[in-house]
Amino acid sequence: MRARDWWIWPFLPLMWLALYLDFLWSPDDVQLGPSQRIFYFHMGAATVVLVAYTITLVASIGYLISRRLAWDRWAASSAEIGTVFTAMVLISGILWGRAAWGVWWTWDPRLTTTVILWVVFAGYLLLREWSDNPQRRALYSAVLAILAYVDVPVDYMAVRWWNSIHPVVITNQGVNMAPQMVVAMVVSMVAMLYLFGIWMAIRLRLMRAEAGVNELKNQWRTQLEG
Amino acid sequence: MIVYKDFLLEFKMKDSWVTMMAFVVMVIFLFAFALGADWRRLDAIFPGIIWMAYLFAGILGVGRTYGHELPEEALTGLMLAPGERTWIIAAKMFVAFCFMFGMELVASPLFFILLNQSWSGQWVPYLVTLALGAWGFVGVGTLLSALSANVRGGEALLPVLMAPLAVPVIITAVEATKAILASPHQNPWGWLEGLLAYDVIFSALPLLLYEYLWEV
Repeated sequence: MRARDWWIWPFLPLMWLALYLDFLWSPDDVQLGPSQRIFYFHMGAATVVLVAYTITLVASIGYLISRRLAWDRWAASSAEIGTVFTAMVLISGILWGRAAWGVWWTWDPRLTTTVILWVVFAGYLLLREWSDNPQRRALYSAVLAILAYVDVPVDYMAVRWWNSIHPVVITNQGVNMAPQMVVAMVVSMVAMLYLFGIWMAIRLRLMRAEAGVNELKNQWRTQLEG
Repeated sequence: MIVYKDFLLEFKMKDSWVTMMAFVVMVIFLFAFALGADWRRLDAIFPGIIWMAYLFAGILGVGRTYGHELPEEALTGLMLAPGERTWIIAAKMFVAFCFMFGMELVASPLFFILLNQSWSGQWVPYLVTLALGAWGFVGVGTLLSALSANVRGGEALLPVLMAPLAVPVIITAVEATKAILASPHQNPWGWLEGLLAYDVIFSALPLLLYEYLWEV
């Protein structure tokens, strides 16, 4: 932790506030009771997923145009964290589904597209793991990321296009919730995005360090061999 | 450029076709043994079985489209040839499509015979489903096989990447097949339109992205 990382500290009170709002301040749902509170984490994580994969897409296109590895690091970090948050969305969704629908899992369009998203980006991470040439890895994963991103808008629209049992919260008519719940939801979303930002900063720093170490190693190797 | 296609077709006639066919027949046998002799219960899952078999055989076949070009740097030769590179891809896709579609055509009657299903469907929609399904696999598959051909452990990676991206093909093709085989017939065109939309997206995107894959 360095002096210039001061901006990380406001996260703590914000997260405490979010937890307070989610668990104590906001009302129970009329039908679902306290299981409603899972939703705040679900929605927050889902927001991060959307943002994270969009960053991956933009950074991948950026890499293909500019060929600068910095773009690739952005794409990779964002995809990694996005995949973790997708897992959070899935797990919280499974728990909530058990409470609300009585089943852990069902092959609903929204659930299916989300699990596809998770698996495809897991494949993306595998592809990165298995290729050793940094340039080639960046190129291939950028191409795959663009293919994989097709699922993101489909996932978002799944509940709107098809008959899904997944609830739609934000519609053209506004937000379908009690005002206090909306406040709790927004604060959770902001807190989760904040967490994502912190995580991104750390991961990018680590990746830069990794790239630097590899470069040094290569230099030494050529010196020793030369 | 059309010459390319024919040339490639002839060049490949040998092994990928044989492997795919042998594989799909094996899958039929395995399903027949694994599911036992209760034919009535099979009706409901039959469309799922055939598309699973096509998916696996397709992955096997599509994986070869670039595997061929790696020894002796044949791909470099192809790339150096004059003309638009997009055509090479288009040719690759076309060849892979022909293999896939041909495999489906030959394997379909085998499936019906060996799994004891009576044919009561309509021909045209069934053929359209086979063609669109094959096209869907090939669009994503050729791009992914190009990716994985150059990666360490790529052969293992291809199915991992391919399976989730092919899920929409499986869903729409299976549902369409179900509708076609159901008695009385149901309307498969809703599913087929979805499949067509997928095909268009996932053949346009690879054509755009291929340009970048040549470089490394």
